[in-house]
Amino acid sequence: MLVEEIMKKSVVTLPATSSIREALQLLHKHRIRHIPIVSSEKEVIGIVSDRDVRDASPSILSRHDDVEDIQELDAEIKTIMSQPVVTIHPLDFVEDIARIFYDEEFACLPVVSQNKLVGIVTEKDMLYTLIHLTGTHVQSSHIEVKVPDVPGILPEVTAVFGKRKTNITSLLVYPYKDDPNYKILVFRVQTMNPLPIVQDLKEEGYELIWPKNVMGQES
Amino acid sequence: MAQKCNGARIMTCKSAFVYSNSLLNYHFHSDHPFNQKRVLLTKDLLEASDILDQTDMIKPRMATEEELALFHDVPYIEAVKKASKGLLSDKEAMEYGIGTEDTPIFSGMHEASSYLVGATLEAVDAVLESNYDHALNLGGGLHHGFKRKASGFCIYNDGAIAINYIRQKYNLRVLYVDTDAHHGDGVQWAFYDDPNVCTFSIHETGRYLFPGTGNVNERGIKEGHGYTFNLPIDAFTEDESFIQLYKSAFEEITSFFQPDVIVTQNGADAHSLDPLTHLCASMQIYEKIPSIAHQLAHTYCNGKWIALGGGGYDIWRVVPRAWAQIWSIMKTGNKLEGEIPITWQQKWNEEATVSLPTTWHDDKSKFPTIPRKAEITEKNEKVLESALKYTKNKRVL
Repeated sequence: MLVEEIMKKSVVTLPATSSIREALQLLHKHRIRHIPIVSSEKEVIGIVSDRDVRDASPSILSRHDDVEDIQELDAEIKTIMSQPVVTIHPLDFVEDIARIFYDEEFACLPVVSQNKLVGIVTEKDMLYTLIHLTGTHVQSSHIEVKVPDVPGILPEVTAVFGKRKTNITSLLVYPYKDDPNYKILVFRVQTMNPLPIVQDLKEEGYELIWPKNVMGQES
Repeated sequence: MAQKCNGARIMTCKSAFVYSNSLLNYHFHSDHPFNQKRVLLTKDLLEASDILDQTDMIKPRMATEEELALFHDVPYIEAVKKASKGLLSDKEAMEYGIGTEDTPIFSGMHEASSYLVGATLEAVDAVLESNYDHALNLGGGLHHGFKRKASGFCIYNDGAIAINYIRQKYNLRVLYVDTDAHHGDGVQWAFYDDPNVCTFSIHETGRYLFPGTGNVNERGIKEGHGYTFNLPIDAFTEDESFIQLYKSAFEEITSFFQPDVIVTQNGADAHSLDPLTHLCASMQIYEKIPSIAHQLAHTYCNGKWIALGGGGYDIWRVVPRAWAQIWSIMKTGNKLEGEIPITWQQKWNEEATVSLPTTWHDDKSKFPTIPRKAEITEKNEKVLESALKYTKNKRVL
């Protein structure tokens, strides 16, 4: 999956000469937490977060003035913006930018193409994409199979679903605890009645992690 | 007229049992887990127990297309009609979620589904027009049906249609309570932005089970925010925890919402023996579910309570007993106890694929021991707390 598929294309920005007050108002109005600062050519020259703005504002405990009267907020935004800015490209892979979020602890990445700002991806967008990858956003049931970690295993298992004409909404593969000889396949399938598939999988000799047998379920 | 029903004391309420054999025509194929023979088995069990006879019964009618369109899109209804006659193309069928493994096409499916809806509407009119206190349609409760899509064994969503029917014809505020082990998604989404319809679904968490939704943070949107309640409980939940959550939430929500009428969906698939789900309840919850609904309907709604069927896939050992309790509570205020009538056992013994139960209660010593019971109970309590956190705030305002 590419960044251009998940990025937001309409981005709230400010020029470097605008005031901190304007930034504060925009953050509130759009309920966002980051504003890229751009040149007249739409090049990203900095970024401010709600925390930067808050740090630049006087404490609400010591002052009782209206926002209009607070002089500190008249300062230019470039005095508090972070730079240089880590940016990403529309053709970057979502998996790779997840790594940036994790390593750098940023919560927002501007997307730049040919030196111009074209979009933005936040941690929240990233998590939403993850929800979609797990397939829990559409009607489905969950089946989990433990398989030997060998080439060709995946088409063998998925053929069982194919034979039952059951649509797979998502498939995740992850390691089995500490044993490198096995993998866990997690399927979300579009059916309310996974029993026939569960039966088929058992007959093919696969070990099911879910659904597990407790009682009464004839297997 | 018989003495007016009073839930606090035990007297006879005037109740209607909606039934005719036309409800049994909703039949996909012989291997399909959704089997309306359950309705017949329940009726038969009640007759054998001497608490149901012809004078209690009212006949269902076929819902009109205008009534179906109270919830469903007209092109969808047209597609079902075509499928019913075998004239729907595969491509169209796919678009409307019909012809799948879950909801296959069968001849006459439009008529059969319209009867289930009409039966629910008759139940509504019995209570809101014809001075019945309660009415029961075990053929209904098809809560997965969407506006323009069939899903999860459901074609027309009789619950959603009936609630719109109540809103338009009687202008009453409706509390919908769904105790099926699967999330009541179709009805929830139908009224997600509506503050006059409150939905409450208690179900096995969607982590493993279809449809996957029904998280505690699904609370409604716009004006309807705060009028959707979900209690997703853990797999392997047992009686005590289920009943504790159901009772606390139902009481709290009813007090908060102050409904004019209660509609319950009574799927009977949270039982340990149900093949499709992973909860571990016994018959005990199926005594409590209707008795608490009955009591709250009397406390808040002058008795007005319409109960529907729903899921339930162990059609011999679980569903007839569970559903019979709803009628028993409705009609007599008491649960059924002791031995299952021998006549019923003899009548169905041969056809049954498993040995039939002999008592109304389950022998709990035959149930599995759940090793993580304490953790499951604790986790469910957290879910309850989270689901109800706004009802307390709102009442202060």
